[in-house]
Amino acid sequence: MHTSVNLDAAFTALADPTRRAILARLAKGEATVAQLTTPFDMSQPAISQHLKILEDARLIDRRVDGTKRPRRLASGGIEAMDQWLAILRKALEKNYDRLDEVLAAAHQPKKRGEKR
Amino acid sequence: MSKLTLKTEGDTHVVVTRHFAAPPEAVYRAHTDPALIQTWLLGPDGWTMPVCINEGKPGGKIRYEWSNGKGAKFHITGEILELKPYSKIVHVERMHLPAPMPDSHIETRFEADGAGTLMTMRMTLPDAKTRAAMLATGMEGGMEMSYVRLEGIL
Repeated sequence: MHTSVNLDAAFTALADPTRRAILARLAKGEATVAQLTTPFDMSQPAISQHLKILEDARLIDRRVDGTKRPRRLASGGIEAMDQWLAILRKALEKNYDRLDEVLAAAHQPKKRGEKR
Repeated sequence: MSKLTLKTEGDTHVVVTRHFAAPPEAVYRAHTDPALIQTWLLGPDGWTMPVCINEGKPGGKIRYEWSNGKGAKFHITGEILELKPYSKIVHVERMHLPAPMPDSHIETRFEADGAGTLMTMRMTLPDAKTRAAMLATGMEGGMEMSYVRLEGIL
């Protein structure tokens, strides 16, 4: 586990669909608050609020570019995204592990396995 | 060791592969027979599928409803586009949260792989944003479990 990312804060930050979508957007490249308002159809204050939560969770950070402050994924944030995919994988695995049992149970009663 | 792979492809695809010890006929049936689907397509522990409609023919309807028994419910609807026993299923589905999400187009292939089956599920979403939302929603349940696990650790 990475100490730079507070897991509890990261999970809380990731629990919101808009924030996950913002992360997905930033995974493709940095963006300013103004650039994020259009695709998400939200006001700047609303976006800023989400960004603050993501920043506090250290999933994203900001770069200084003149008067602009483009946000980008923090390096630990990318690992958190990997973790997020790993969790989805786990949910799928759960389903397929159950399917393994269903398939095994269907085969067990006839040991020789009838051919179709 | 994990037998499952999950990867994104391009901007709009998600590809999942999984090997099963049973032949393609059995795995195909488990994906098309409602009585079988109800036994495994359940997501996280504690969830059941009280409603499972899969008309099992091209043009047929799909409706899966899940419940956690504590008031939380979730359902998807869809239509079957193509069925090729026992090798291919093509369908569209959408999640309802409760407003319908954009359609996912899903092609599931079953190929003999040794004595078992290699399943390849290729999902196509309308755009990258929808894909991100779909991946995120798919893990809600897993996340819930993670919270519980975290509570146990902290």
